[in-house]
Amino acid sequence: MGLKKILDNMKPTFSEGGKLSAFGSLFDAAETFFYVPNETAKPRGAQIHDAIDSKRSIFFVVIALIPAILFGMWNIGYQHYNIIGEESTLICNFLYGLAVILPKIIVSYAVGLGIEIAIAQYKKEEVHEGFFVTGILIPLIVPVNCPLWIIAVATAFAVVFAKEVFGGTGMNIFNPALVTRAFLFFAYPTMMSGDKVWVNENYIDSINGTVDGISAATPLGQLAAGEPVTYDAMDTIIGTIPGSIGETSFIAIMLGALILIWAGIASWKIILSTFIGGALLAYLLPYSGAENFEWWEQLTVGGFAFGAVFMATDPVTSPRTEGGKWIFGFLIGAMAIIIRVLNPGYPEGMMLAILLMNVFAPLFDYFFVQSNINKRAKRAIKK
Amino acid sequence: MANVIKLKKGLDINLKGKASAKVSAASASKVYGLVPDSFWGMKPKVVVKEGDEVKAGDALFVNKLHPEMKFVSPVSGKVVLVERGERRKVLSVQVEASATQQYVDFGKKQVNSLRAEEVKKALLESGMFGFIIQRPYAVVANPDDTPKAIFISAFSDMPLAADVNVVLKGKEADFQTGVDALAKIAPVHIGVNPGNILAGTKNATVTEYQGKCPAGNVGVQINNTCPVNKGEVVWTLAAEEVAIIGRLFNEGKAILQRTIAVAGSEIKEPQYKTITVGAKIGDIVAGNVKTDKKVRLIDGNPLTGMQTSQDAFLLAHSTEVTAIPEGDDADELFGWIAPRFNEFSTSRSYFTWLQPKNKEYILDARVKGGHRHMIFSGEYDSVFPMDIYPEQLVKAIISGDIDRMEALGIYEVAPEDFAVAEFVDSSKVELQRIVREGLDMLRKENE
Repeated sequence: MGLKKILDNMKPTFSEGGKLSAFGSLFDAAETFFYVPNETAKPRGAQIHDAIDSKRSIFFVVIALIPAILFGMWNIGYQHYNIIGEESTLICNFLYGLAVILPKIIVSYAVGLGIEIAIAQYKKEEVHEGFFVTGILIPLIVPVNCPLWIIAVATAFAVVFAKEVFGGTGMNIFNPALVTRAFLFFAYPTMMSGDKVWVNENYIDSINGTVDGISAATPLGQLAAGEPVTYDAMDTIIGTIPGSIGETSFIAIMLGALILIWAGIASWKIILSTFIGGALLAYLLPYSGAENFEWWEQLTVGGFAFGAVFMATDPVTSPRTEGGKWIFGFLIGAMAIIIRVLNPGYPEGMMLAILLMNVFAPLFDYFFVQSNINKRAKRAIKK
Repeated sequence: MANVIKLKKGLDINLKGKASAKVSAASASKVYGLVPDSFWGMKPKVVVKEGDEVKAGDALFVNKLHPEMKFVSPVSGKVVLVERGERRKVLSVQVEASATQQYVDFGKKQVNSLRAEEVKKALLESGMFGFIIQRPYAVVANPDDTPKAIFISAFSDMPLAADVNVVLKGKEADFQTGVDALAKIAPVHIGVNPGNILAGTKNATVTEYQGKCPAGNVGVQINNTCPVNKGEVVWTLAAEEVAIIGRLFNEGKAILQRTIAVAGSEIKEPQYKTITVGAKIGDIVAGNVKTDKKVRLIDGNPLTGMQTSQDAFLLAHSTEVTAIPEGDDADELFGWIAPRFNEFSTSRSYFTWLQPKNKEYILDARVKGGHRHMIFSGEYDSVFPMDIYPEQLVKAIISGDIDRMEALGIYEVAPEDFAVAEFVDSSKVELQRIVREGLDMLRKENE
């Protein structure tokens, strides 16, 4: 095979002692991207292995995000032409959205992967693929008109301080994509006021910094301000509302959820319990005086569904025990609604709810593991 | 009828090349070798010199800590080599077989009239005691201990494993004698699968297990019936070894002969072979290995066995020799997204779920992914039918936290119990190696 030969010929250059050994991790990443590693099992231990690996699992998350990405692209264009009052076509909306989101994806990947590869090289490890999901999540949860340099700064912060300082993929406490958003939220509050940032009036100009995007209120922004909601329930389910790029369409997100649950990559327990917790609190704790807003729309507006499906289910930052997953999800859902309704400063509560529960995930595990330990200890005493 | 325990967790891996029920004798080896590493946790002291003549049943080496525990020659003949490795570690003691086999006469014994101490002594003298593995630590049992129970798993559901119904056909009486003898020492528990020929064994508690691999692991059976607590000891034996013990009492000879499966996709005619312990792998698989691609020979089954070669000697506990493709020249493109219809996976990102249930797979020895920290949760748990949190236990071992290992139940496990979990792990962590190190670490600490 031609490609294999090329890679094999290049290998010595990138290996230790070769001219380009400083880029060894990058080469490894490329090689394993093209080919399944030919490494065989050690003489002792399992001699055969399941074909699944972390690379494939993680790329399936990206696949599950595709419906939300595609809809998000279209919606950017739709919202844009809607607010400036121009007619547009499906293709037009779509291309506009592509022009908005593509640079964000490129910046997020370039910055994040650049740092990951550099650190992997420093630690003489393989590049872990966790950032492939984080890198696509970041553009989907930041405001449409967020400047690229801010995305770059936030991504760098998250990769270094939320992930690598803990030891990389599999060792982090907080979901790195959410840390990116939290960083923006607290460091650049004017960009992320949470209620009125979402629609991009003139994308091209906003890049040049000449004209700021006009903002349109999101449903959550309207609710927080005590204004009547101007979108009906169907809009929030289909997703034709302003919002972060990936979060608006309930249907597209649920398509992703189906893919993740089917492939066994995301825990259905976390997704279901998040919705149960959210629904319960939304029912018990309605917005006072909210007109034109059913309690269950809490679950279809804002980042609730997106967070439940793609953020809460991050296997590294969620509980490891099955019982812990139920509690974790339930409390995320409940906490998100509590923050939304009771804290007027934060119209959206999902991000903070998940980050908060990330901290508590080990505690939920502790209960279940400790009960197993206690049972064993009791058994030993009884004898 | 026996108690029935149904286990939900587990995974059956259906590999191509299962042994057909045909049994024949393997061609005799010129030289047989007893490998001390077969008996994990025992330090050998060699008691023969090169050139010595031995009978089958004469000690080749003894346990340094318990010199009364002998490890005997499986054949009669001349000791030709005491093979040593680094730091003079004994790798094998090799005996050139004589033309006619002479056995040491240990004397026929009426098991019913023996006391526990006499049974122990007979086992120690004849080399059979060394086959007993104890929990905790999964090492050769200590003859000074009094176990709370002796567990025998009468089936293995590991991929390509030998079927006890074939191996012990016609040897039920020897098996019963063996059980009777062991029952003098401690209550005997036997785990069987549906349709097992040993289900009718008397003088023991027989429990039927229904479920997927690793339901046949003795550790799983112990955990589900009589879990090991700190300070307790349980002994375990394989079914065939119990029959050899029975034969020892019935005939007065230690006849270390086994019927093993020779199986796997790279074996031309998968079948059963009667062999003597310590035979050369090459003689067992002679002319029966496919040569069209690079083959990995495994002493044992592909999940718990270890890589071996034609020149190596069969390990003492082995119940099968298997052969699978090495696969290190596969060069598969875009594995992270290609459908890969021939691959077997528990993940629905592959199409295993679309295939008929009885489809047999050819799996090669590749690890099929990069080594990572544990990323996805619940993978181990789904194939670990014990009341233990496997992931947390493994993490405790990695961090060397002995108190936590104990609290999480390390006394109850052996490396083999993690074999299926190691197979399904998408982070490709070497679980069996880690568990082995954890057990050895704990043993060193406690003894």
